[in-house]
Amino acid sequence: MSGDVAVAEAGQAPSRNRILARFLRNRPGIVALMVVVIVVLAAIFAPYIAPYDPDQQFFDGLTLEGMPLPPNARFPLGTDLLGRDLLSRLIYGARVSLIIGVVANGTALAIGAVLGTVAGYLRGRVGQIIMRITDLMMAFPALILAIALAAILRPSMWIVALVIALVNWVWIARVVHSQVLSLAEQEFITAAVAVGASRSRVFFRHLLPHLVPTLIVWGTLGIASSVLLEASLSFLGVGVQPPTPSWGGIINESQSYFLDAPWLVAFPGAAILVTSLAFNLLGDGLRDALEPDRTGEL
Amino acid sequence: MIRYIISRLGQAVLVLIGISLITFLLTFLVPADPARMIAGRLATPETVARIRAELGLDQPLPVQYGRYLWNLLHGDLGRSYAQRIEVTELLMSRLPATFQLMVAGILAEVLLGIPAGILAALGRSRWPDRLGMVLAFSGVSAPQFAVGLLLLYLLGYRWPVFPLGGYGTWRHVILPALTLGIAGAGWYARVMRSAMVEVLNQHYIRTATAKGLPPTKVVLKHALRNSILPVVSMVGLDIGVFMGGVVVVESVFAWPGIGQLAWQAIQILDIPVIMGVVILTASFIVLGNLLADLAYPLLDPRIRYK
Amino acid sequence: MMRWRRAVWGSLLMALVVLLGAAAMASAQQRGGSMVVTYMTDVTTLDPAIGYDWQNWSIIKSMFDGLMDYVPGTTELVPQLAERFEVSEDGLTYTFYLRRGVKFHNGREVVASDVKYSLERVLTPATQSPGLGFYLVIEGAEDFVEGRASEVTGIRVLDDYTVQFKLARPDASFLHILALNFAHVVPREEVERYGPDFGHNPVGTGAFKLKEWVLGQRLVLERHPEYFKPDRPYLDQVVFEFGFEPNVALLRLQRGEVDILGDGIPPARFVQIMEDPQWSRLVEVGEQLHTGYVTLNTRVKPFDDVRVRQALNMAINKERIVRIINNRAVPANQILPPLMPGYNHEYEGYPYDPERAKQLLAEAGYPNGFSTVLYAMNVDPNPRIAQSIQQDLAAIGVQVELRTLAQSTVIELGGTEGQAPMIWSGGMAWIADYPDPNIFYWPILACASAIPGGWNWAWYCNEEIEARAAYADTLVLPEQQEERAALWREIYTDIMAEAPWIPIFHEMRYTMHSERVGGAENIFVDPLHIPINYEEVYRK
Repeated sequence: MSGDVAVAEAGQAPSRNRILARFLRNRPGIVALMVVVIVVLAAIFAPYIAPYDPDQQFFDGLTLEGMPLPPNARFPLGTDLLGRDLLSRLIYGARVSLIIGVVANGTALAIGAVLGTVAGYLRGRVGQIIMRITDLMMAFPALILAIALAAILRPSMWIVALVIALVNWVWIARVVHSQVLSLAEQEFITAAVAVGASRSRVFFRHLLPHLVPTLIVWGTLGIASSVLLEASLSFLGVGVQPPTPSWGGIINESQSYFLDAPWLVAFPGAAILVTSLAFNLLGDGLRDALEPDRTGEL
Repeated sequence: MIRYIISRLGQAVLVLIGISLITFLLTFLVPADPARMIAGRLATPETVARIRAELGLDQPLPVQYGRYLWNLLHGDLGRSYAQRIEVTELLMSRLPATFQLMVAGILAEVLLGIPAGILAALGRSRWPDRLGMVLAFSGVSAPQFAVGLLLLYLLGYRWPVFPLGGYGTWRHVILPALTLGIAGAGWYARVMRSAMVEVLNQHYIRTATAKGLPPTKVVLKHALRNSILPVVSMVGLDIGVFMGGVVVVESVFAWPGIGQLAWQAIQILDIPVIMGVVILTASFIVLGNLLADLAYPLLDPRIRYK
Repeated sequence: MMRWRRAVWGSLLMALVVLLGAAAMASAQQRGGSMVVTYMTDVTTLDPAIGYDWQNWSIIKSMFDGLMDYVPGTTELVPQLAERFEVSEDGLTYTFYLRRGVKFHNGREVVASDVKYSLERVLTPATQSPGLGFYLVIEGAEDFVEGRASEVTGIRVLDDYTVQFKLARPDASFLHILALNFAHVVPREEVERYGPDFGHNPVGTGAFKLKEWVLGQRLVLERHPEYFKPDRPYLDQVVFEFGFEPNVALLRLQRGEVDILGDGIPPARFVQIMEDPQWSRLVEVGEQLHTGYVTLNTRVKPFDDVRVRQALNMAINKERIVRIINNRAVPANQILPPLMPGYNHEYEGYPYDPERAKQLLAEAGYPNGFSTVLYAMNVDPNPRIAQSIQQDLAAIGVQVELRTLAQSTVIELGGTEGQAPMIWSGGMAWIADYPDPNIFYWPILACASAIPGGWNWAWYCNEEIEARAAYADTLVLPEQQEERAALWREIYTDIMAEAPWIPIFHEMRYTMHSERVGGAENIFVDPLHIPINYEEVYRK
C-alpha cells in the first residue's frame, strides 16, 4: 500500500502546518522533545546549573575509609570514588555524551546508510567492494588504533568521536544493505524505474522512507552504545582524560564498586537510558508527523 | 551458487590479508617496544638490541610483514612474546569456549528479542510497544559488567542456582549468555518490530486477513518470514562479533574466551597474539556475513545471487 | 600394692598412647589436602629464566630451587641447594657445596654442572631472559654474552658437588642475586627436549611438580615425592583457577570454593570485608617492600630546579591519597620502605605545607606556577590517585594535564629522554626483587640507568652518589653490613634532599584466605612470596 501511495504522491509535499499539527498531537513525542531540550540546555549551561565544581574532590566527600557517599542532603545523587558530587558531574558529562551520541553516532549512521544503500542497490562489483570493505572495517582493531592515537596525538573527545564513527558505520551498512536488497526487488521500485525515475529520485523518494525506521532504531540505540564505547576508548587514553566527566566514563570507573555503590552506575545509566529513549521517541514522532500513512494496525 | 561461494571465499582471502596488513602497521604506530618489555627492568641497551634482533624486530617493515605472511600461509602464527607459547595453541585453547558462548549468546538475544519485537509490532502504540521499547533501551544502556555482576551475585551467591563463573557444564553458560542476551536483545526487538510494522502495512497482509486467515497464522507464516531479513544480517554480524570475544562478560564470568586473551595482549603489546586474534576474528566476521548473505535468497526469493 | 602400681603404669601408658595418637593425628592433619587459588590472568610461563611477573614468581619458587633462599616469612638468607658456602676475604670468590641426593622431578640427581648450565642459560641471549643483567657481575659473563667465549669462565665446576663463582668485582648483593628465580637450577635434558615450550612443561627440583595445565583455565601442581626437604610441602596439591575477576573470586571464597585470592581483596569490597568480623579474621596484614612515587624529570624544565621539586614534595596531601585507597597504605616520606635495611626511622622528609611550597616556587621564579603533564597507568586506582595529585598541585598554581595510558606506553615514554615530566608509578611501582637497599638505586635512580629505555624516569644522575653506592656494594663481609646499611641510609637521605621523586605511600599487603588454610602468620605476608609461600601452608 505504502509503495503505491508513494508513487502516486509524487510531486505532492504535505504542508508544514499539517506536519506540525500532527507532531503536536503525539504526546510521547512532545515529552521526548522536552527531555532532549533539557539535556541539551543542561549541557550548554552546566556552569550555571551544577551545584558544585564537577572536578572538586571533597575531603569529606568520602567516608573515613575512603568509600563514596550515597545520596544525601548535601550531595543529592551522592559522591563518586574521589568525593566529587555526582550530580554536577552528570550535568557536565552531558556535554561529552551528547557530542559522542549525536555527532559520532550520527556520522556513523550517515556513512553507513549511504554505503549500505549504494552497495545494496547497485550490487555488482561496486557493491561487492563496498561490502568487503565493510567486512574489513568490522574486524578492524579499534582498540589498537585507540592506543596508537593516544600516544601520538593530544587526547581529545573529537578523536574518540572520529574513531567511533570510523568503526560503527559498518553495522548500519550491513543492515541497510540487506534491507535494500529486498526492497530493490519490490514492485514499487521496479515500477518507478520502469516509469523512468532517476537513480537519486528512486533513492530519496522511494528507498529512503522505508529505511527510516531502521535508521531511527540504529541511530537511537546507537546513542547508548556509543556513549558506553567512548568510555572504553577513553580508558585507553585516546579520549577525554580525567578529570573531565562523561556518563560512560563515570560508569566505567565505578563498575567494580557496583555492589557497594550502585548509585554510581544507576544514575549515569539512567541518564543514558533516558536520553537515548527520548531521541527515539522524538525520531518516531518526527517520522509519524512526516508520513502519517505509515501507521496502521492489523 | 557454487560460483558465488567460491568468489566470496576468494574475496575473503583478500580481506584477511588486508586486515593483517592494517593491524601490522597499527601495532608499529604504538610507541612501546616489545623487546624492552621482554628484556625487563634491568636490561642494558645491548640486551634490548639483542632481543630485538632475536625477534627480527630490527628488520625493515616490509621484510617483517613479508616474513609474517609467509609463516601465516604455512599455518605458523608465531609465538607469544609474553608466554613464549605458540599462538595457534593459545587460540585453539580458547576457541571452544568462545564458540559455545557465541551460540548461547545469540540464542539468548533472539529468544528474548524476537518475541518482544513481534508483540510490540502487533500491539503497536499500546502498552506492549511502550514496555518493549523501555526494556529494549534499558538492556542496551545497562553496562554489561554491572548486569553480569548483579546476576552472578543474585543467582550465584545469594541463591546458589548457578555456579559462580567458570566453564564446563550447561549451567556455566546460562548467566553469561543471559548477560549478552540482555544487552543485545534490545536491538533485535526494535529491528524486528520496525520491520514487522512495515510488513504488516503491506497489501498482501491485508489480503490475507481479508481472506479470513487467523491472525497468528498470518503473523507467523507471512509477516515473520518477510521481516526476518534484517534480523538475519544481525545474526551474521553477531557471529563475527562474538567470535572476536566479549571481554567484559568473559571477565565477570571467568569465561576462557578469546576476548580476555586479546585484551591482555593489547595491554602489553604482545604483537603475535594480537595479530592472531585479529585474523581469527576477521575470519569469523567474513564467515558470519557470508552465511547471512547466503540466507537472504532463501528467505526472499526475489533476491538473487549476483 | 602390685595392683595399684599396675594401674598407675597402665594409665600412664594409656595417656602416652593417647598423646602420641593425638600428635600423629595433628601432624597427619597438617600433611595432605589441596588448595584452590584464583587469578585473573593465566600464568604466562613457569620457566625460571624467563618468568618475571609477580604472579608466576612464587609459583616458580615452589617448583624450582637455587643455591640460596630465604627463611620462610623473613628476608633472611639461607643456603638452599647448597649445604654450606664460603666467601673469600676479598669477596671475589664464592664456593658452594651442594647437598647430595637432591632429585629433579624426572628423578635425576642434581650435580654442580647443572648449576653452571642453568646460569649460562640465563646469560645466553637467545633465551631472552630478563634476568640477564643481574649476573654480569660474574667474571667472564660479559664475554660469554657478547659471544667471545663459549662458556662463563667465572663459574667453575670443581667436582660433582662443588661449584665456585669468581666475580669481576665484589658485590654485597651477590647472595641475593643467587636467590633470585633466574638462578634456579634446571635440567639440561628437559630444556633441550622441550625447547621454547619448557615454560609450559617445567621440570625442577622444587616441592611441587606440574600435574596438569589447561591453558586459560586451570593449573594443577602436585607434591614432588622426592623433594629434598622430607617434611615439605604440607599440601598434596595446589590448584590454580584462572579468569576470575577479583570481585567474583571473593564471592567464591565467601562460598567456600576458593582458598586464596591470588589478586588480593578487590578494592571495591575491601571496607566491607574489614568491617565484618566474620571475614576480617581471615585477612592477614603485613608490610611490603614497596614504594609508590611520582618521578620528576630532572632533564625537563622546570624540574631541573631543585627548589621546584622540593616545592612539589610539600604540596601533596598524602593522607587524602591514602584514604582514597581505603587506608591500604602508609604515607611515605622517603625512598626506601620501612622493612628495608637502610630505612631511616628518624628522617622526617618534606612536610605537607602548601604555603611554603608556593613560596619556594616563587623563589625559583614561578610565582604564578606553571603547566606540566602527569602520566599514569589507566588501571584503577591509579587514575584516581593521579587526579588527587592533580588537585593538590592546582592549589599551588601548578596546572597539571593528566594522561592515563596503557602500562607499556607509559613505560616507553618514561624511558625516552625529555618526554615525560611527571609519572605516577602506581601499577608499575617498585617492589623490590630482593630485600637489599641497592635494588632501589641501581635500576631507578642511578646514572647508569638514566639512559634511553631505562627505568630511571627521573633521569636523575649524581656522579658523587653513584661512587658512594658502588663503594657500599663492595662491603661484602658480614661484619661490614652495619656500615653498609648506614652508608645506604645516608645515600638515600642525600637523594631525598635533591628530591627527584615525590614518595607518596608504601602499600600494605592484605592476604585473604579461607578457614581451611593454615600457616604461620608471617607466611601469609611473606614479603618475598606473593600471595603466599606454597610450601609452607597446610590444610586444617
